[in-house]
Amino acid sequence: MAARQSASSKSTSRTRKPSGPGADTYIGWYRDMLLIRRFEEKAGQLYGMGLIAGFCHLYIGQEAVVVGVQSALREGDQVITGYRDHGHMLATGMTANGVMAELTGREGGYSRGKGGSMHMFSREKQFFGGHGIVGAQVSLGTGLAFANAYREDGKVCATYFGDGAANQGQVYESFNMAKIWNLPVVYIIENNQYAMGTSVKRSSSETHLFKRGVSFNIPGEEVDGMDVNAVYEAAKKAVEHARSGKGPYILEMKTYRYRGHSMSDPAKYRTRDEVNEYREHKDPIDLAKKRILDNKFASEDELKAMEKEIKKIVQESAEFAQSSPEPDPSELYTDVLIEA
Amino acid sequence: MPAMNMLQALNSAMDVLLDKHPETVIFGEDSGYFGGVFGATQGLQKKYGLDRVFDAPINEAAIAAMAIGMAAKGLKPIAEIQFADYIFPAFDQIISEMSRLRYRSAGQFVSPVVVRSPWGGGIRGGQTHSMSPEAFFTHIPGVKVAVPSNPYDAKGMLIAASEGDDPVIFFEPKRIYNGPFDGVPDAPLSSWAKHPKGEVPEGHYRVELGKAEIVREGEACTVVTYGTLVHVAVNAAEKAGIDAEIIDLKTLAPYDIETIVASVNKTGRVVVAHEAPRTSGFGAELAAQIQEECFYALEAPVFRLTGWDTPYPHAHEWAYFPGQARFIRALQTVTEAR
Ligand SMILES: Cc1ncc(C[n+]2csc(CCOP(=O)(O)OP(=O)(O)O)c2C)c(N)n1
Ligand SMILES: [Mg+2]
Repeated sequence: MAARQSASSKSTSRTRKPSGPGADTYIGWYRDMLLIRRFEEKAGQLYGMGLIAGFCHLYIGQEAVVVGVQSALREGDQVITGYRDHGHMLATGMTANGVMAELTGREGGYSRGKGGSMHMFSREKQFFGGHGIVGAQVSLGTGLAFANAYREDGKVCATYFGDGAANQGQVYESFNMAKIWNLPVVYIIENNQYAMGTSVKRSSSETHLFKRGVSFNIPGEEVDGMDVNAVYEAAKKAVEHARSGKGPYILEMKTYRYRGHSMSDPAKYRTRDEVNEYREHKDPIDLAKKRILDNKFASEDELKAMEKEIKKIVQESAEFAQSSPEPDPSELYTDVLIEA
Repeated sequence: MPAMNMLQALNSAMDVLLDKHPETVIFGEDSGYFGGVFGATQGLQKKYGLDRVFDAPINEAAIAAMAIGMAAKGLKPIAEIQFADYIFPAFDQIISEMSRLRYRSAGQFVSPVVVRSPWGGGIRGGQTHSMSPEAFFTHIPGVKVAVPSNPYDAKGMLIAASEGDDPVIFFEPKRIYNGPFDGVPDAPLSSWAKHPKGEVPEGHYRVELGKAEIVREGEACTVVTYGTLVHVAVNAAEKAGIDAEIIDLKTLAPYDIETIVASVNKTGRVVVAHEAPRTSGFGAELAAQIQEECFYALEAPVFRLTGWDTPYPHAHEWAYFPGQARFIRALQTVTEAR
């Protein structure tokens, strides 16, 4: 396919100073991660108050993955993920208001109340969902990458999925096709070590998930998903690989979710100690904060001011999500097929 | 007899099956160590060991397919699909292999698999945790489809399903796992302990598939339904003061047409109800069969009370779900039609 070859020649990669991330980059990461954390905490509260219906999966603990990867993408690149998707949306620049209002099923939500927590989209931000069916997004993301190659537009699709999803058959059908046609897709496996109540070692014969591309000739790499800088460095390399026409790349992000699988999961399948080990010693936000302070990228006071600003954004989103009206009942019947 | 909720009754059924039949194996996503997301298999791995109660990866297609292989060699697998909304990766194996093995081997091999799956709405679950996909399965010759509506039946039907020699898709109305539901959103949960069908024998018993049950006798109209809506129907009839005869179908394939015909011939009016979308829903089959067999007894058009032809909604669930208010209107419509 000529399409892909010329797609690669068009692409130019953003070059970065070799000295490691600067103050602005680090502060930006910190801010984005903190926004996700505070947003998720608020969503958890609203859920507890009965304002959010159904199933709600929080991203707390995994923030460095999506924030690091996003900063390696360019405008117009696509993002697609599963149902643990609030962080991905905020990282693409979708508004806290629009996401929170979708959680509460309101008119002002990204899917006007039709999708809920797991099913949101933004054409503007090239965010393709939000998918409740485990593994489905992997093949969809591969299709998006095909369209990128076909259109020769130099875009890359960041396709996220979990350690549990990594066992679905269609993932491997997609890996194979992605490599046959060298599609510009980066597969990001968020290995938080559990699929609901089932640990990776109970569900996977090969627990190093970055090796899952070996028999398809897809390169893979394990990354410390609690370190936003490490995520960024790995993602940059993978995205460049994909954009340059060399085909798919797999990044296994070693990460951890602090909360239960969904709001209704008491998480009895793991120990308190295990959770605390991550919270207290490996937290991605604490780590970024330490680097910022150690390097004097910002002062404690400046970070406090930023926290305050984030708190305000989140608080406003919670208010918006309650004041935005319910969609008109007639919305039930629209967007099923094209309107006559 | 002990009071059990539906989950305890299902757990008890599997306990009995594992104990009585060495061929029984139970597996599914989170079914082993964790005991199932709703807890239906809790404690069973501990009691019977990893060889008989175990976790599967998130692999619906292969879960169904491996169960067929196991069954063809004489095992009795009970496979769990975590939510009915996730059964579709397994659909091909169910249609193309599970349902036809007996037929195409002229009876040399059979696939007596039970596929258990939490089913139905009313839990604010939105489009991927609320579906009622039974009609896709009643359309397949060669599988049975069962939907119990209470703990007693859930246990007896699951035992009968697993002890039978045919594949059974066993849908469990998750809205009523912990207590019956009268169809009024946000009403406090009532308990199975107060319901006669919440009394469940500890040991082995069977509730045979293919038999419906009249759960409320009446003269003014017939209601044919299954699952959660059985309880909504009973409450709606009582609330509206309408003398409705309510049939809990229990098994959708093969279904008990005799019980339906006898009732409709008596009442002349009928509501068929399900949560799934209307077009090509199981109610369409019921309505067609009723008009074929009871045409001259009918005094009003058959009324289909169903979900709408839309994905299961996140907002406005109660505009979609046939709750008490919609049920009462349906009963009034058929009984008042002249
Ligand atoms: C096809 C399908 N099967 C099962 C489920 C139920 N389910 C939802 S999330 C989940 C676990 C997925 O774990 P993982 O991929 O590791 O993602 P994580 O939740 O850890 O982010 C399961 C089994 C589903 N949504 N879709
Ligand atoms: Mg996981």
